[in-house]
Amino acid sequence: MHKPDRPAIRILINGKTLDAPAGCTVAVALAIADEACRTSVQQQERGPLCAMGICYECRVTVDGVPHRLACQTICAAGMEIQTNG
Amino acid sequence: MADRPQDFDILIVGGGPAGMAAASAAAGAGTIGIVDDNPNLGGQIWRGQSFAVEQKNAAAAMYRRVQQAGVTHLPRLRVLDAPRPGTLLAESEAESYELRYRKLVLATGARERFLPFPGWTLRNVMGAGGLQAMVKSGLPIPGKRVVVAGSGPLLLAVAAYLHEQGAQVVSICEQSSFARLAKFSFGLLGDPRRLAQGVGYRMQLRRTPYRTGWWPIAARGTRHIESVVLSDGHRTQEVPCDYLACGFHLVPNIELPTLLGCELLHGFVRVDEQRQTSVPGIYCAGEPTGIGGLEQAILEGEIAGLVCSGRTEALRPLLQKKKKFGKFADRLARAFALRPELRGLANAETILCRCEDVSFGDVRKHSSWRAAKLHTRCGMGPCQGRICGAATEFLFGWNADSVRPPIFPMRFGTMVGRGCTQENKLQER
Repeated sequence: MHKPDRPAIRILINGKTLDAPAGCTVAVALAIADEACRTSVQQQERGPLCAMGICYECRVTVDGVPHRLACQTICAAGMEIQTNG
Repeated sequence: MADRPQDFDILIVGGGPAGMAAASAAAGAGTIGIVDDNPNLGGQIWRGQSFAVEQKNAAAAMYRRVQQAGVTHLPRLRVLDAPRPGTLLAESEAESYELRYRKLVLATGARERFLPFPGWTLRNVMGAGGLQAMVKSGLPIPGKRVVVAGSGPLLLAVAAYLHEQGAQVVSICEQSSFARLAKFSFGLLGDPRRLAQGVGYRMQLRRTPYRTGWWPIAARGTRHIESVVLSDGHRTQEVPCDYLACGFHLVPNIELPTLLGCELLHGFVRVDEQRQTSVPGIYCAGEPTGIGGLEQAILEGEIAGLVCSGRTEALRPLLQKKKKFGKFADRLARAFALRPELRGLANAETILCRCEDVSFGDVRKHSSWRAAKLHTRCGMGPCQGRICGAATEFLFGWNADSVRPPIFPMRFGTMVGRGCTQENKLQER
């Protein structure tokens, strides 16, 4: 029942290249790259909680725009993602 | 992108099943728009579903009806404010827009309730629907060990989905008692489709322990979760896992209806039989009016769409069908009522407000949501208390303040009015 592998698209996460499955969200790409989305007030690493645009735990900088919700942003070829923004 | 009108005869907030049903039912009644903050239609339950022509499922059929109705879909737009009657202010990642309407259908859905316990802020502790959404959005799950815990019918659906996608679902823990669930299941005997769905999930998961009266008390790990401690109040068990999918049933997204002045009843938007809220011209369908699930949401959306388009003659069979659902939402709420032990999971140091890292101990010192906000910044972060507010409602019985705009964080440019709606701006998108 597994989905066939999706074609990959190349993005940049904190300057490092990642081939992410086409159509995946930035939150998924970050999980694949094992990167936290943000560092909290008490310096804890955080990742997505709700994954549906409510909790704001997954906010990152996408192509220079800060506070984008990784869970609601689809990866596009060449996208540059910066965490801890 | 193609030109996008900003004046609508019928504007629908929320592109999930209820919103899509409202749009398709209103077909032919003038200009219809659906505004939604996600990239695609389908809401949470139909997230990641293919709407391709060859698809025979309910989601694809609904999508085609929406397409045929000539509905304008405004994706990736978040509604922030209602500056004037008949006008909503919405924002994309780069621009803001005013959307005007004659009639408004609110189909804003629900979110999961999260409760704090030690370790719940570790990475890979997610909502049950949250992990499902991640997998639907491309997260590779085959072979990963997942514990599904918390409460609500969603747990079983999520566990079945994750299993189907190749996850190793190690354990499913429902906090509600066997007795309550048995009573609920017995009530489903008059509802063969829902019963069959539940039985189907169990068949798929027959090798996975489904435990009632068990709940998570701690997540352990360094950066990510590595194990979860489960308890039935007497015994505890530590289970190694890669993910904990954990939600405690659902809470309605009532911020926009409240901002618009719609009256609430027991925490849900009050509507009459025809989905009319207390504000003339504003209708509400789906979970904000009661957590009733997919079929009920679609039906309510259809009713709202027909009423908005003035086709009340077609309503009768739908209203009769709606009556048959009875008080399903009430039965769900009783079956999955949260046990008092869950109020004692967090210790003084456990983070309660994740946005501002405010501890349970610091929040507990205060007597109201408002006092806690003012003194600790609990609920003052970007989620605006959507996560910790739903928790404190259960933990301390606190009610949230009145809703004030903007109902989501707003870009500074939008706030000062620059980049605010010009008609040509919409057409540039």
